[in-house]
Amino acid sequence: MLAALRGRIAAAPWIWSFLGTAATWLVTVSISGGRGGEEIISAALTFSAFTVLVSLGQMMVITTGPGNVDLSIPSVIALSSAVAMLVMDERAGMIVPGLAAAVAAGLAVGGANYGLIRLLRIPPIIATLSSSLVVMSVAIVLGRGLKIKPPQVFADAVTTKVAGVPLLAIVALAAAVAIAFVLERTLYGRTVSAIGQSRRIARLAGLDVERASLLTYMLSGGLAGLTGALIAGFSGGNSLDQGAEYLLLTIAVVVIGGTSVSGGRASVPGIWGAALFMFLIVTMLNASGVSPGLRMLITGLIIIGVIAVGGSERAPR
Amino acid sequence: MTAAGGGAAPAAPPAGAAAEVFVDLRGIAKSFGAIRALRPVDVVVRRGECLGLVGHNGAGKSTLMNILSGALSASAGTLAIAGEDLTGRYDVRGAHRAGVRCVFQELSLCPNLSIAENARIAHPALHGFGWRRRAAALMQAALDGIFPGHGLGMGDVVGSLSIGRRQMVEIARAFTETEERARLVILDEPTSSLDATAADQLVAAARRFAAAGGSTVVISHKINEILAVADRIVVMKDGAVVDDRPRAAFTREGIVDAMGHAVERARSVRASTATAETMVEVPASRRDGLTFRAARGEIIGLAGLAGHGQTDLLLAVQARRRGTRVAGDVALVPGDRSTDGVFPLWSIERNMSARWLPHLRRGGLIDLGRERAEAGAWRERLALKTPDLRNPILSLSGGNQQKALFARALGAPARIILMDDPMRGVDIGTKQDVYAMIATEAAAGRTFLWYTTEMDELFHCDRTYVFHDGSIVAELAAAELSETAVVQASFKDHSVTDHAVKDPA
Repeated sequence: MLAALRGRIAAAPWIWSFLGTAATWLVTVSISGGRGGEEIISAALTFSAFTVLVSLGQMMVITTGPGNVDLSIPSVIALSSAVAMLVMDERAGMIVPGLAAAVAAGLAVGGANYGLIRLLRIPPIIATLSSSLVVMSVAIVLGRGLKIKPPQVFADAVTTKVAGVPLLAIVALAAAVAIAFVLERTLYGRTVSAIGQSRRIARLAGLDVERASLLTYMLSGGLAGLTGALIAGFSGGNSLDQGAEYLLLTIAVVVIGGTSVSGGRASVPGIWGAALFMFLIVTMLNASGVSPGLRMLITGLIIIGVIAVGGSERAPR
Repeated sequence: MTAAGGGAAPAAPPAGAAAEVFVDLRGIAKSFGAIRALRPVDVVVRRGECLGLVGHNGAGKSTLMNILSGALSASAGTLAIAGEDLTGRYDVRGAHRAGVRCVFQELSLCPNLSIAENARIAHPALHGFGWRRRAAALMQAALDGIFPGHGLGMGDVVGSLSIGRRQMVEIARAFTETEERARLVILDEPTSSLDATAADQLVAAARRFAAAGGSTVVISHKINEILAVADRIVVMKDGAVVDDRPRAAFTREGIVDAMGHAVERARSVRASTATAETMVEVPASRRDGLTFRAARGEIIGLAGLAGHGQTDLLLAVQARRRGTRVAGDVALVPGDRSTDGVFPLWSIERNMSARWLPHLRRGGLIDLGRERAEAGAWRERLALKTPDLRNPILSLSGGNQQKALFARALGAPARIILMDDPMRGVDIGTKQDVYAMIATEAAAGRTFLWYTTEMDELFHCDRTYVFHDGSIVAELAAAELSETAVVQASFKDHSVTDHAVKDPA
């Protein structure tokens, strides 16, 4: 009975993130004397939507195997929010071109990341970190320190709710479902999982390893690009530090969500569970009046604890 | 082991039953969930005895040896070593203390370490100042003793060695002694990637070890090898011991019969199905080498000593490297399952379909129903032993994993099939089925490039290219093929090194 339960949890490592989320929410609501439970959920869904969108890309990158990680996400967000606001220029008619330009900027950075990794044989951690410096300086030049406001329609859209659920959360849910579908049903998705287990074996099995790696870095860049535009719309304009928190957050979310750090196994539901969990932890600590320094310390300890308990790798052969 | 060293029966062990029992396994059983891998079996190994263990894939040989090595614990039964009952408190460390060593099919060396450094992993006694030098000396002596003329440097990183050489290192390490003595060495398919010379050297070494009072257990699908090395032979079938008699009481046919399979068909030259259409052409890598050519419907053997460029040629064709001409889709059957073949996180089904995916798509999406149906069809065709194709690939025995890899390649519409010594750890019955399948597929127009370390398999080929030192030194038509011809070509004029033909007998 217990063994059967353990088997189920091993097959669905993302369960931990949802259990953590539920527990954290209960503690938060009890701290605040039972009030504000609903508001907390609504805010969690909205803010987690951003986290989910970028983390899906990070998850795909990490799933392509050991060493693969996208550290350029924060600067892509900074760049794409500036690009989106510049193109939209407060005109409602330019919303779609603005979003397209933001995504295109992200795709381009992703492609360049892959180029550095593949053509110059630079390890991904160095390649994406150094490209992020270049991207950030482009963002600085483009933005010139000015904060451009989003068109009112766009700002309204990203904060609106459909049947009580934030529109952003619906978009992020749709993206998660789409990624899960891609992983299971497309040649690209299967290739990502295959190369995460062994690039050599994937190549010998006749899979197009290089194409899948390129697409994965572009996907991560593209999702970060979209997220940058949405954040700018949500927070009243572009700014350079909008993406800063997403560097470690995306990696933590991917790992807590049950995706294998050594590659080959992605966990899409876990992205949602872990994103909500991370948001609620901060909310809980804020509600209990902890100082910012202590808050970071506790957040760090909780991440380590969760990984130690639930995120441990299945023992290799 | 080839017929060369295999003829003579070894000297009888000191008075059979009188020799002291070293390992005593009584009523050992093992279940994995609902699967009964091992019915209660009784097996003893005496001092100075070499025990041969044969049986089909999934007969329970590896499970039994995993119990003896402490890697698995038995579900029932008692285990005694040197007269001491160790039931219930026996594990890998206990096995090591008792002097039980193992060489497994899946090699256990650390690829990022040197040969000498790998010795230290097995021998904690190699510590303190100068351990590296002592480890190197230990390994050098062991390798020189078993595989004279091996040509390995003790500082060589294991990952850079060919699989055959890694296996030599692994074997040599099992025989090394520091404070930890080697009393019983288990060799599980030890020669699966060794060439004939090294395999003969190993048989000789195992006999010397036995003469000095050590015990060995040899598991092999190569019947000749078992006949050459064993004092006593245990035959297993479906998790039980079905025969256990001295070597002298067995013939080749007797063993195969006891295993429960038809005797191998008489050797005959295959009726070639080759056509005039060239499918693969690889120019000679050196001026004095031969050009490689394969026609549609042809089965080409790649022979020679292990690690002399056969796999490199296959990989060059697979990658369509510059200079090679490849007229059609290519699929590879790897032989080194853990580094070249199996996706460890995936189910059996997904492991099979990895190569078919482009053809399983409808409207850009993988048709899961078709994937399942085709995998199911291959399970029937290859008699793959599993209750459910959604089980993890690692739940299968090595031979059954290999079947899944055959399904991966043959299930794709590729016209050229590359085989990289793919019969490692596959039982005789399955081999016969696969040989027949290869002949059928060749008749249907597929081309096979078949690297093998087993002489017998070359007789299933239309032509054989013999490799030496990275280039092709001879081409043998089926009618010209003989073991002597291959061995002569492997050594002919090419700066014969000192590891050349040293008869172990």
